[in-house]
Amino acid sequence: MALTDKDVKKIAKLARIRLSEAEVTHYAGEINGILKWIEQLQEVNTEGVAPLASVSQQALPWRADVVSDGNIRDAVLKNAPMQNYGCFAVPKVIE
Amino acid sequence: MMTAATHMTLAEARDALKAKKISSVELTQAHLDAIAKHNPALNAYVHHTAEIALAQAKAADAKLARGEAGLLEGIPIGVKDLFCTKGVGSQAASHILDGFKPEYESTVTSKLFNEGAVMLGKLNMDEFAMGSANITSHYGHCINPWKSKTAPEKQLVPGGSSGGSSAAVAARLCFMATGTDTGGSIRQPAAFTGIVGIKPTYGRVSRWGVIAFASSLDQAGPMTRSVRDAAISLAAVSGHDPKDSTSATLDVPNFEAALGQGVRGLKVGIPREYRMEGTHPEILAAWDKGVAILKAAGAEIVDVSLPHTKYALPTYYIIAPAEASSNLARYDGVRFGLRVSEEGDSLDDLYEKTRAAGFGAEVKRRILIGTYVLSAGYYDAYYKKAQRVRALIAQDFKTAFEACDVLLTPTAPSDAFAIGDNSQDPVAMYLNDVFTIPASLAGLPAMSLPIGLSSNGLPLGLQLIGRSFDEATVLNAADVIEREVGTLAPEGY
Repeated sequence: MALTDKDVKKIAKLARIRLSEAEVTHYAGEINGILKWIEQLQEVNTEGVAPLASVSQQALPWRADVVSDGNIRDAVLKNAPMQNYGCFAVPKVIE
Repeated sequence: MMTAATHMTLAEARDALKAKKISSVELTQAHLDAIAKHNPALNAYVHHTAEIALAQAKAADAKLARGEAGLLEGIPIGVKDLFCTKGVGSQAASHILDGFKPEYESTVTSKLFNEGAVMLGKLNMDEFAMGSANITSHYGHCINPWKSKTAPEKQLVPGGSSGGSSAAVAARLCFMATGTDTGGSIRQPAAFTGIVGIKPTYGRVSRWGVIAFASSLDQAGPMTRSVRDAAISLAAVSGHDPKDSTSATLDVPNFEAALGQGVRGLKVGIPREYRMEGTHPEILAAWDKGVAILKAAGAEIVDVSLPHTKYALPTYYIIAPAEASSNLARYDGVRFGLRVSEEGDSLDDLYEKTRAAGFGAEVKRRILIGTYVLSAGYYDAYYKKAQRVRALIAQDFKTAFEACDVLLTPTAPSDAFAIGDNSQDPVAMYLNDVFTIPASLAGLPAMSLPIGLSSNGLPLGLQLIGRSFDEATVLNAADVIEREVGTLAPEGY
């Protein structure tokens, strides 16, 4: 099943990447090529096989629910493209 | 003297420092001079940290004088741009991280500095570690110091994504460089430049502070000019880290002490599925050479099967982009790096314009694919399916390791290619990682070491894959091959 330009636009919107019309067509072609190649996985019989999300052999560790870091506001903000009043600043979101 | 200083191995430099035959400041200055001379043509270093290096070298000399040397005391190294280094540019070779200077130090670089390493600078790479040729970097291509005998005018790729690391180590612009490997990004560039690179077992080395690509696959590891150097460096960066929830709570063996034990009685598996149709005869001949060396040294060669090998690449190209699309969601122009927006823009405009301008074409394509395979309606057909096939691939290795102790395969299907080759069709470029990706999906330790030169006069690598957390056996088998074939170095450096 091939991806249309409309599908690519929808994915790009979900991914928050603005694409030009020419880029949409370009990526549709490339992604369809890759998806067609990936289709070969459908020939593998995976009935009864549990999905493997991580190869880590240990259970996720627990730690005490206590503050372990903090009071570093200025360090956190140091790389912000824009900041105001000790906060990250973005364009107005409420009209 | 100064030329020879950069030509030592890391182990030789360590011993010379301890014996006070040379100082770390002298060693560091020799490398800074070599970088000044060769880096403009190679574009391996993208951030230069000479001041930090000389300060660290002075401190190392003081510690050496007091007899308090760490594992890498006074050793000049390079750091892949993917590692966050406090107060030093860390861009993952991406425009979207313009100007980013972390306020923290990655666990790997912290450990290296605690052991006395000296940082010469940050190294080029494919953007966000996505690529096999170091041609997707915002800093421009990195060039392989090797030249083809048959086409010496061509600029060759150093492999990727750790291309700056491989080029710098091969050109003697550092004794060791950190690399990261998600699907082959340490091993394939090591093969293309005639050096040694080890991807440790998933969980052996902390991922904390390494800019994430695909979190279930990413592992950091050292790239060096000898197997012993890899063993020394791996010990320095390994170990449990509470800041990485997947970091293994196992003790770190003395990897250097594991060398030199020979391979008598060791069962070396040769996976028959890696003898793929169309593989270049030179690659197969190099593989046979490795088999013959291990056999002559007393190893038992065992034919094994990894039946799902051909499905590893398509599985990877679902799982890695899916994880990347999620990891790279954080680059939104709000907290760090690039911001693109104009007066009157909405927050959505800011996100979309920043990400459009900040990411390169390869990264965008992978984010789009990842977003698609995770989206409602396609999740089961693509992502879940890939995770099931990944389980079968991991099981293949478990079964194979019932019959053998280590696997020997080629590292890459060709020698280093020219810039521009393989770049029209994404799938053709992805095939570079056909031999390295299966071990990544299974989380196993795997390393590449040089086996000899192709008819073009270019390095070829072999890959050794071990059982989970058995890097020691991998390094020891590599040491046996290296004793037979020696190490490689390009001319003119």
